[in-house]
Amino acid sequence: MNFPILSSLILLPSIGALFLFFTKSKGENKITAKYVALFTSLVNFFLSIYLWFLFDQTTSTFQFVEDRIWIKGLINYKVGVDGISILFIILTTFITPLCIISVNNSVTKRLNEFLIAILVMETFMIGVFCSLDLVVFYLFFEAGLIPMFLIIGIWGGARRVYSAFKFFLFTLLGSVLMLVAIISIYWITGTTDVVQLYELGIDTKYQNLLWLAFFSSFAVKTPMWPVHTWLPDAHVEAPTAGSVLLAAILLKMAGYGFIRFSLGLFPSASEVFTPLIYTLSVIAIIFTSLIALMQEDMKKLIAYSSVAHMGFVTLGIFTIQQQGIEGSIIQMISHGLVSAALFLCVGVVYDRMHSRLIATYGGIVNVIPKYAILFMVFTLAALGLPGTSGFVGEFLILMAAFKDNFLVAVLASLGVIIGAAYMLWLYKRVIFGKLINSELKKMIDLNKSEAFTLTCLAIPTLYFGFYPEPLINTIEVSIRDLIDTYNFSVASKQ
Amino acid sequence: MNNIELIFPEIFISLSIMFLLILGVFKKDSSKIIHNISLLVLLITAVITFNEILSINPTTLFNESIIIDYLSSFMKIITLLAAFVVLLISSNYLRTFKIFKIEYPILILSSVLGMMIMISSNDLIVFYMGLELQSLALYVLATFNRDQLKSSEAGLKYFVLSALSSGLLLYGCSLIYGFTGSTNFNVISTQFNTNEYVITFGIVFILVGLAFKISAVPFHMWAPDVYEGSPTSVTLFFTMVPKIAALTVFIRFLYVPFLNLIDQWQMILVFLSIASMLFGAIAAIGQKNLKRLIAYSSISHIGYALAGLATGSNEGIQSSVIYMTIYIIMNLGFFSCLLMMRRNNIYYEQIDDLSGLSKNHPLLSISLLIILFSLAGIPPLAGFFAKFYIFKSVIEQSMYFLAIVGLLSTVVAAFYYLRIIKIMYFDEEKDSYDKDHNLWLKLSLTVSTILILMYFIFPSELIDVVSKINII
Repeated sequence: MNFPILSSLILLPSIGALFLFFTKSKGENKITAKYVALFTSLVNFFLSIYLWFLFDQTTSTFQFVEDRIWIKGLINYKVGVDGISILFIILTTFITPLCIISVNNSVTKRLNEFLIAILVMETFMIGVFCSLDLVVFYLFFEAGLIPMFLIIGIWGGARRVYSAFKFFLFTLLGSVLMLVAIISIYWITGTTDVVQLYELGIDTKYQNLLWLAFFSSFAVKTPMWPVHTWLPDAHVEAPTAGSVLLAAILLKMAGYGFIRFSLGLFPSASEVFTPLIYTLSVIAIIFTSLIALMQEDMKKLIAYSSVAHMGFVTLGIFTIQQQGIEGSIIQMISHGLVSAALFLCVGVVYDRMHSRLIATYGGIVNVIPKYAILFMVFTLAALGLPGTSGFVGEFLILMAAFKDNFLVAVLASLGVIIGAAYMLWLYKRVIFGKLINSELKKMIDLNKSEAFTLTCLAIPTLYFGFYPEPLINTIEVSIRDLIDTYNFSVASKQ
Repeated sequence: MNNIELIFPEIFISLSIMFLLILGVFKKDSSKIIHNISLLVLLITAVITFNEILSINPTTLFNESIIIDYLSSFMKIITLLAAFVVLLISSNYLRTFKIFKIEYPILILSSVLGMMIMISSNDLIVFYMGLELQSLALYVLATFNRDQLKSSEAGLKYFVLSALSSGLLLYGCSLIYGFTGSTNFNVISTQFNTNEYVITFGIVFILVGLAFKISAVPFHMWAPDVYEGSPTSVTLFFTMVPKIAALTVFIRFLYVPFLNLIDQWQMILVFLSIASMLFGAIAAIGQKNLKRLIAYSSISHIGYALAGLATGSNEGIQSSVIYMTIYIIMNLGFFSCLLMMRRNNIYYEQIDDLSGLSKNHPLLSISLLIILFSLAGIPPLAGFFAKFYIFKSVIEQSMYFLAIVGLLSTVVAAFYYLRIIKIMYFDEEKDSYDKDHNLWLKLSLTVSTILILMYFIFPSELIDVVSKINII
């Protein structure tokens, strides 16, 4: 048996967390704790890069598969990656160390426990993207609620309790139906192994209900309109690092789930429900963009923009075309980088002024120029300017949408315009204009660690904007295979 | 007489009870010795029973009125071990209230004896005798702190309502006897005529009596008051041990003589299960006292165990047994925490007393956090697997409605568990509690937490053990 690289990726952060659990965090030790966490997550990052290096792009079969008996005769612990999942794993391992670097100012109390929560969270998130068994997937998917609940509840803002509860109960309610569906699948087919299920296929008469059960979970997690309401609350109250994790990775679990499970396991149901997804996506894009336009709180604005961006993702996935799904994955990766960066940007000014209200700021371009430049890069990436990764994803999605349904594509394009409006308006109100609030003059520009994290995020945003080939090469074959299977099973039904 | 050695555990316990009573009468200040001897007795009995488990072939004794099989041995061991831990961790609590008396361990032993007879019973009369033996001991245990008004009230309430339910149960027994001519389960199963509706009446009466003992809705009214009023260590006993015995009788009674009547009793069980799950979850939300809260939570947990029984399959029974086993571990952990909430010899039991616990007692609160998330059924903790097995067996029988209601009520239940976590972790701290705890208390908390947390690494072991239970 080869070196179990995926299990190491999953377990390593938890081992780091266990280690932290037994160290004390007072005074000097605070820094040690942070280094331990940072070290663990960096090792994990390099391990995942190594994984990408070893990854064979020419095949769509699952690689690095580990298959062990877990509950005898019932469930196997099975993990593996293909082109679709590997990018999300790298995104996770890339964002986590940046989160840990950024905790400097935002988390003042119980640093040790915060780092533990983030590392445990990383374990669960990587587990979600690796797992090739439905029960294992569900386990990781749900387990992520525990650390996130604590992150929002303990280190959050004023209304943290309300937000934490809303987050937890919304997502739990969505996912219990998925559990029923998973057990039903086991009952129908006798297995929960995803690879076997791809081969076996699920009887079409069950597919619609099962699809809806999975949808209820993913729709809450994505989040899709009208069950998106937990997201703005959670984002606003969560500490910066929590918001970053939430926006960059947690939301991607659902997008990933749509591709891997909804499309892969229930092709005929996916075809049936495509109009539903289109409708909800278009509503999400336009409606939440308009809401974002009216926000006075920066974090809330970015949270609503996340909902709109995820609307593009679901739209792209259910065009069920090569460009559409590729675009969705790139959009998710790009959104992971950009929204993380935007939340960090808000965190930077919040740490200095303790206000997230847009009205507090204005005219700070001369006070903190470095910040203004980086913030601009991410603003433009968020609105999808050509040359940023945001453009590639949105462009591919819209291209696929135009092929499939002209009206939907036109409406979605409208969302792009509103998106540009609210992002640019945000930037204008915060950075430019007259400097009225004299307090702002005391603001200090980015310190080293902030500049470092934001630059780390800016480089891939721009790089993949100009040259998305590495991403597309990785995912291309897997997606082609997925679409072939899909077309085959839809055709065989008719 | 053949196979008499199979009831050595019961004989041993009875003799020990008599011996301890005499010892208590003749020796002054003997409560500590009796406490320790009782612990030893429970342990030895568990070991003897464990030896029995190796001879798996079901054997009946005394004209088939007592049955020893894998199910009975397994449940007896669980009962004995749970009682052992209860006795082990309750000494400090009893001393604080100055009720560390000789009667306490003896009463626990005699109720355990009653439960062992119930578990092994294969006859309505034997079963009723066991039931009354355990109930009488439990009435006294509930009032054990007799100087407190609430404790006396709890005992009296428990006595009156329990006597009522025993009456109903007896009436059911007599109906069944009247129409089959026997009280023996095996004989009943061959005698009755499926078209005889009076039999169904008998079953219903007996189910009502049993549902009362396990506090399933709508026969749960006594539970919150009795749990709140009784001394905490007794509450711990109430929430776990009698339920194991009653659940075993449930299994034996429904699946041995009346499996053919599954159409009649399945509806009842589904109703009991759904009502308990939902009511337990909803009613717990408004509670302020931790003991009342855990009473409602135990009502809803019993609902899940009954869901497994309602399936009418071996997998269902096994999943219920697994559920109860895991539930007991979680409960032990929870009550160990409750028994640690002591400051200057006063025990605190309001939810608000947990406020900010995480700052003063980080280890205690992280254990409680794990236990609560497990009770709520969040993966990857043991509580999730317990629910998973239940719902797996339920869905295998295509009882989707039951499964969906059950899972939705976990969401409701999650709310009140989260509320405790919120108070522990998000609220401002209060004075810290005493830290000089009994070693056994700490140990039981640690062990139960580790078992809950690490269950996902070795999930097959428990299934392997339980899968030998074969009733149908």
